[in-house]
Amino acid sequence: MSLDRSTVEKVAQLAKLAIDEDDKDRLAGELNAIIGFVEQLSELDTTGVQPMTSVVEANAPLRADVVNDGDIAEKVLANAPERVQDFFAVPKVVE
Amino acid sequence: MVPGGSSGGSAASVAANSVLGATGTDTGGSIRQPAAFCGITGIKPTYGRCSRWGVVAFASSLDQAGPMTRSVRDCAIMLEAMAGYDKKDSTSINRPVPSYQNEMTGSIKGKRIGVPKEYRVDGTSDEIIKLWEQGIEWMRDAGAEIVDISLPHTKYALPAYYIVAPAEASSNLARYDGIRYGHRVEGEDLNDLYCKTRADGFGDEVQRRIMIGAYVLSAGFYDAYYNKARQVRTLIANDFKAAFGQVDAILTPTAPTPAFGDNEIQDDPIAMYLNDVFTVPASLAGLPAMSVPAGLSNDGLPLGLHLIGQPFEEGELLNIGGVMEKAAAFSAKPQLRAGA
Repeated sequence: MSLDRSTVEKVAQLAKLAIDEDDKDRLAGELNAIIGFVEQLSELDTTGVQPMTSVVEANAPLRADVVNDGDIAEKVLANAPERVQDFFAVPKVVE
Repeated sequence: MVPGGSSGGSAASVAANSVLGATGTDTGGSIRQPAAFCGITGIKPTYGRCSRWGVVAFASSLDQAGPMTRSVRDCAIMLEAMAGYDKKDSTSINRPVPSYQNEMTGSIKGKRIGVPKEYRVDGTSDEIIKLWEQGIEWMRDAGAEIVDISLPHTKYALPAYYIVAPAEASSNLARYDGIRYGHRVEGEDLNDLYCKTRADGFGDEVQRRIMIGAYVLSAGFYDAYYNKARQVRTLIANDFKAAFGQVDAILTPTAPTPAFGDNEIQDDPIAMYLNDVFTVPASLAGLPAMSVPAGLSNDGLPLGLHLIGQPFEEGELLNIGGVMEKAAAFSAKPQLRAGA
């Protein structure tokens, strides 16, 4: 339980969230409270307990490995904030 | 007052008589808690019973869609239309949809209704405990057998939920990056664009959950938090499995309090989380559960009772809910409503 200011900065970078300097201490406090709450789980001995992967016992459905969709570039790009021809446009990433 | 959430808009519209019924989605109680707050009926079906195609994914191992209506029968009709297999949601289950209306026979004679002792949690208001006891009486009067049961891992459901749900949310919401759709805030470079877009587009609680999710999934913490929570989830599901050896359904309150003012308690995230204390365990176990309006608080606010059923036994749940609805004869209407 050591979610300090620098951990907040690290996690914010993992989560891709810009955090204002003024908010970092407040956020550290809030996140610590939540982590403190969920740490109750450490009281429980779960040795040998299988972690749940799915609540219903069902096999993943399989379909034929064929193209069954596509050719909808206009639809895919319809909500793009910025596009160039048939591509999503982003700021330059390579100098 | 708040209508509850997160499907609070659906609940308020149904309560206000502006629609006959509405769809909702429920991850930890988002159909059932607003249904209770607004005095309507809402059912979260078994995980996989309804398709989530078109729904914004929050926590994929928990999310389920369901109907919210003014009567249990309307709920049965609407669920019958909503349930079924959809190849566009790979978690939807391919099994026949029964006629839920036909299953509402109105008789629960000989049904065994479980009352879990662990649901007597601190912070539950006296009027809600009283209503719960009233609900037990209604069930007994209708010929059901009341069975005291134990769900020993109940107190660990909320902490497990607040690991699993944020972890999955942080992953699901990664798609909102300002590139393919939605809001974008320009930045100095691509990374800056991501960070500014997401900080601007997500609200405080969503950002908190994304941060918690990223933290519990990060290197070095994954086993201690995320895997631990998944193990606890197994224990909670096993509690219910054992209980359903003895009973057909489980009766609890829906929420520990009635609706609260929009300026109350929301500053404290943990206090807000505790509002889901009765609804989250069934979500973690993927079980169907419904809220039925059952009475009013001392201040005249609606209160709901909560029924939890066995997997794919929505019909049984609706039948018991229908009996409860009849006994409760809930008739309160909001002051603000369509046509009033």
